[in-house]
Amino acid sequence: MLLPVAFWVLAVVAVLAGAAVFMVDSMARASYSLAVSFVAVGLLVLLLRQHYVGVVTILMMVMEMAVMAVYMVMFMGMNPALMPMSMVHDNRHALAVSIGVFVLLAAGVLLVPWPARRGGPPVDVTAALGDGLMGPKMLVMSAVGGVMAVTVVAGVVLAAHRTRYDRFGDDLRRRPADDPQPGGVGR
Amino acid sequence: MTLQTVLLVAAALFSVGLYGALSQQAVVMVMMGLELMLNGLILAAAAFWWFLAPDPSGQVLLLVIIVAMTVEMAMGFAVATHLHRVRRADLTDLAADLSR
Amino acid sequence: MSEPAVTVVPGGWAPVAAGLLGLLAVTAAALDGFLTARATGAGPSGLSQPFGEVARLMRQRRRTTVAADRLLWRTGGAGLLVMALLIIVVVPLGEWTLFDLDVGVVWFNAMDVLAWAFVWLTGWGANSAYSLVGGYRFLAHGLAYELPLMFALVAPAVGASSLNPGAIVAAQRGLWFVVWMPVAFVVFCAGILAIAVWGPFSPALGVDVAGGVAAELSGVDRLRFLGGRYALLAAGAAFAVPMFLGGGNGPLLPGWSWALVKTVVLLCGLVWLRRRLPAARPDSFMEAGWLVLLPAALLQDLVVAVVAAKRG
Repeated sequence: MLLPVAFWVLAVVAVLAGAAVFMVDSMARASYSLAVSFVAVGLLVLLLRQHYVGVVTILMMVMEMAVMAVYMVMFMGMNPALMPMSMVHDNRHALAVSIGVFVLLAAGVLLVPWPARRGGPPVDVTAALGDGLMGPKMLVMSAVGGVMAVTVVAGVVLAAHRTRYDRFGDDLRRRPADDPQPGGVGR
Repeated sequence: MTLQTVLLVAAALFSVGLYGALSQQAVVMVMMGLELMLNGLILAAAAFWWFLAPDPSGQVLLLVIIVAMTVEMAMGFAVATHLHRVRRADLTDLAADLSR
Repeated sequence: MSEPAVTVVPGGWAPVAAGLLGLLAVTAAALDGFLTARATGAGPSGLSQPFGEVARLMRQRRRTTVAADRLLWRTGGAGLLVMALLIIVVVPLGEWTLFDLDVGVVWFNAMDVLAWAFVWLTGWGANSAYSLVGGYRFLAHGLAYELPLMFALVAPAVGASSLNPGAIVAAQRGLWFVVWMPVAFVVFCAGILAIAVWGPFSPALGVDVAGGVAAELSGVDRLRFLGGRYALLAAGAAFAVPMFLGGGNGPLLPGWSWALVKTVVLLCGLVWLRRRLPAARPDSFMEAGWLVLLPAALLQDLVVAVVAAKRG
């Protein structure tokens, strides 16, 4: 009894919060309504018995939305006051395409003859995920590790304004570093 | 809570995200639309795992989707920052040409 | 697996758990008042300071600012208390727990990340420059402490081969984890101080920015926010006990009382640290967090993983 109620509440919250992202009046509200949508989806995944994945989704998305709110304010320069902001282009076509895609997907979901369930869930879902990652799916783990490291490096390279040579001089010997805003412990 | 209902919710999230990705002018808002699309994808993958094939190691696909979302966000914000530095543009319409 | 390490009590005990958390938070506030009075040499002993403060704040008028984003502002202010309550839902008190989640450690991690959201929202929603500065200072601290905290949480999970707090307590029957994971314990305590904006991590509420995040808070909102800080200290100390201090294991007393005793001792230590450690500037702490704490936590994880692999 509790399960269907929880499912429908979370589903409605997820979709409405997702729609609200593009309709609210401030960038912080947009970021945090996206966070609410993600938390609802994380809880839905928890309801589908995938505990680790659900909680990790909530964790990652809240942290990501906190950082994204900072970026929003940085790029769009808005203050906490609420002001109508709707910057869209090609609104009607986008609406038509998205509604068309939803109708197509819903038709597929309802008309496709889904196969029967194959097997049962493992007793300890988290342990099964861990065993899977360390065993048959070890390639995923090593690939993900490498991809994450590359992403960190690529992100810093793209976003960093000043290179080592700007900071330490052409011979890399200037100490302390020539930064417009000091940071660190002054090494 | 059947497979069809969860997939309908996922399709709704995907469509809302698609609307955002297509219609928004600001780069960060487009990225929020992409985030919503991947959100729907996570929910759909979780539903497929539970209702069709709850294999012990099938959840790895969900982790792969989450990693893809992370990488997309990181790269997207890095590119948006760089674009803003070089061209002082944060709207997609101002970034439509490869070279100024 | 063998029989469950903890028994799940029915949901009706949740108010009792909330009441326990409130008692611990009041204890922390009373101790803080006592230490403040002793340090400043004020007249009364300061132990009744929390009650006086609560009475004063309940009577005080709530402040509103021009064009404040009230939804986000009040959500942020009340959020710290909600976070603390959600954390203790998975903490085992001896052998009782409200919710035996098999990924309890990750749940704690998710709940402590909510601090990023709530403290920033409190700073942002007030539409005031100083509170905004405080919110950004908290995020700068956050970038530095969060990754070491996450890796410190990995250590007891690897040591016990489980993410379930009950199983981690059961794995400490012979030896507490704090003995062979001290670095993880120190980083974890630093993380608790950080999410409660306490001690070295208090520049977000600093006097140099007119109170920072709490600059525009008054009345009930201020009470909720500052009370939430004490509740987070208590909830964090309560979670450290099953992680590192052996949970309810101990000789004479029953499990739940040992858990409470250890929680109170750790909580008093954390409150006492406020006057002993200097405030860490966010930009300097960034370097300390990434170049000192993170490698230390990773080395600790390596040691724990080698020991766990050799054990079986």
